[in-house]
Amino acid sequence: MAYLDHAATTPMLPEAVEAMTKQLTVVGNASSLHAAGRRARRTVEEARETLADALGARPSEVVLTSGGTEADNLAVKGLYWSRRAADPARTRILASPVEHHAVLDAVHWLGEHEGATVEYLPVDGYGRVHPEALREALVRNPDDVALATVMWANNEIGTVMPVRELADVAAEFGVPLHADAVQAFGQLPVDFAASGLAAMTVSGHKVGGPYGIGALLLGREYSPVPVLHGGGQERHVRSGTLDVPAVAAFAVAGRIAAERRAWFATEIGGLRDDLVAAVRAAAPDAILGGDPDPAGPGSLGRLPANAHFTFPGCEGDSLLLLLDAQGIECSTGSACTAGVAQPSHVLLATGTDPDLARGTLRFSLGHTSTRADVDAVAEAIGPAVERARSAGLS
Amino acid sequence: MTEIPAAPQRRLRVLAAMSGGVDSAVAAARAAEAGHDVTGVHLALSANPQSFRTGARGCCTIEDSRDARRAADVIGIPFYVWDLADRFREDVVDDFVAEYEAGRTPNPCLRCNEKIKFAALLDKALALGFDAVCTGHYAQVITDADGNRELHRASDMAKDQSYVLGVLDDRQLAHALFPLGDTVTTKDEIRAEAERRGLAVAKKPDSHDICFIADGDTQGFLASRLGKAEGDIVDEAGAKLGTHEGAYGYTIGQRKGLRIGTPAPDGKPRYVLDISPVNNTVTVGPVEALDVTALTALKPRWCGTAPAAAGTYTAQLRAHGGETRVHAELVDGTLNVTFDEPVRGVAPGQAIVLYDGTRVVGSATIATTERATAAA
Repeated sequence: MAYLDHAATTPMLPEAVEAMTKQLTVVGNASSLHAAGRRARRTVEEARETLADALGARPSEVVLTSGGTEADNLAVKGLYWSRRAADPARTRILASPVEHHAVLDAVHWLGEHEGATVEYLPVDGYGRVHPEALREALVRNPDDVALATVMWANNEIGTVMPVRELADVAAEFGVPLHADAVQAFGQLPVDFAASGLAAMTVSGHKVGGPYGIGALLLGREYSPVPVLHGGGQERHVRSGTLDVPAVAAFAVAGRIAAERRAWFATEIGGLRDDLVAAVRAAAPDAILGGDPDPAGPGSLGRLPANAHFTFPGCEGDSLLLLLDAQGIECSTGSACTAGVAQPSHVLLATGTDPDLARGTLRFSLGHTSTRADVDAVAEAIGPAVERARSAGLS
Repeated sequence: MTEIPAAPQRRLRVLAAMSGGVDSAVAAARAAEAGHDVTGVHLALSANPQSFRTGARGCCTIEDSRDARRAADVIGIPFYVWDLADRFREDVVDDFVAEYEAGRTPNPCLRCNEKIKFAALLDKALALGFDAVCTGHYAQVITDADGNRELHRASDMAKDQSYVLGVLDDRQLAHALFPLGDTVTTKDEIRAEAERRGLAVAKKPDSHDICFIADGDTQGFLASRLGKAEGDIVDEAGAKLGTHEGAYGYTIGQRKGLRIGTPAPDGKPRYVLDISPVNNTVTVGPVEALDVTALTALKPRWCGTAPAAAGTYTAQLRAHGGETRVHAELVDGTLNVTFDEPVRGVAPGQAIVLYDGTRVVGSATIATTERATAAA
């Protein structure tokens, strides 16, 4: 088996499994005042400090959520509502068109139901938003903008955004910028304080932690309107009893992911480079999606673990089936409706022809990836592409 | 191109079309149990995203797709959803509407088998390295000692679906697997088998006849596609008896829903005898005038070699119709058929499937009919 879909989810780190297992047998609601509650609270707060440390944030800026989707919804909807409540003129949302659906569908919903005007920022052929594009959109009328949201790094094609520069532009106009950093955490240096972001999303199961836990890093001056109402456990912007075992395990995974980031970028990034070379050798007409520069001085590049390809004349689904049959697990990297592949909105935003956009595969590596995984792809991809091409586009 | 050999022991790479219903689930399970390397695929045939989200019965709802996925999980086979909505719309739905518009009565299931399941799907399957497509149809492919393939009715005549497969040619049959065809199985027994196999679709209700008309309202569907086109309902002499909102909404032999005010002179019920899209008129008359003694049919497709000479066969004229004895002859690509006894309710556009005993000989699309009494 060659598991190359770590961007979907990556195996839990043994240390995280241990931390979680240890907490599963401990009773205590972190909001309770008795000893058991205090014990649970202590576990949560230590985890919060660990996560804050791993992400360059203050502990009070870590709002724990049920995952990336909830954090994205809280940031986008919550900031929209609070900013509009402060000034009814603020109804414009600036969003990159390559966002994950957790952001894209949330802003779309605000447009449909909450009177928002959603403006998609232009991207280049790599799917990157340039600071000038954000400036142009803001300068037109800074007063009617509720928020801007641009992901740190794209989950499909791996392109890294100039987050710091974008945040500087947004700050110039007093507009909060949110970034979905779900894919960036553990792969890129992610420092919330240095980024200048108002809000930032991270997720547990993408960094070797458990499913169902994530966080919104939230600047202390922001009070988004809650999406979930209730006990107000998390800074009164997020309610729900905290999942202590998941929080503890998330913190362990997040700390290790941050500690191993440089190793990850070098080692896993190296395997990724080999995978890209192998695919290109076997299928010379394959098109590498996103920024081809693996990163470096003066370049933002791409996520070290991401390799995204378009295979002209092939259906991504066919390739997936053929590789799956040989034990290679990857993704077409596109959105699904009842399992039906649609051309990826990310590729379409980069100006890719819709027919071409059907022939995509995303290989995403992770902490358990090995040379053998790359070798398996190198061996299987050529014949698979040939066969998928003969099956054509239905 | 690989073909299914006479020996069924060979392990085949099989693509099982799984609708989310009980028949195709059991068929896939049987194919897997027989030792084949089976992959399940659900065909998304509706381009309307709503139909993926609403729970309407029929094909291609999100519920059907999930039911198929669950069945594949239980059987233990890989499962994918393939989007053939564009092909289905062009080859089946648009054709269905155009045929009604032209005053004919199409059978979309035949069309789907010919153009989608055993063409678009089969071709893709073969290209991807599969040997065969497996469906939950009740019919049998029998290979004789000489390696000749024959399509036969299902062992259980009551369940037989060979009629809707009558359009398949030898090449298509060479790659078709119908695991339900060779057992005498009532629907209850298939459901019991599904239950025994742990398939949750065991209790799922049967789907509608026309999968892309979820509510079963063919008239309403056609009206939404073709719009209103008021015209006259006339008798055999051409006298106006009433009006209709679109001649396409009628089928030859139809009795109900004519909404004619004046009763017939003899007081007997009247039936649709003829539909003229050119004049936009619907002609009605007595039941006797429906009697057809002969017909011509076009686009013949043979399950094997075309018969060299005229012959005597039994014929089936609709999906759940009975058999009737005919004499058929192929003349310049047109199939000329005469009936031993007059038959009623034969509509152009329908398929006539010829049988020799239980063997399917071939099929053709009915073009014209000859009436016993002179109709309009």
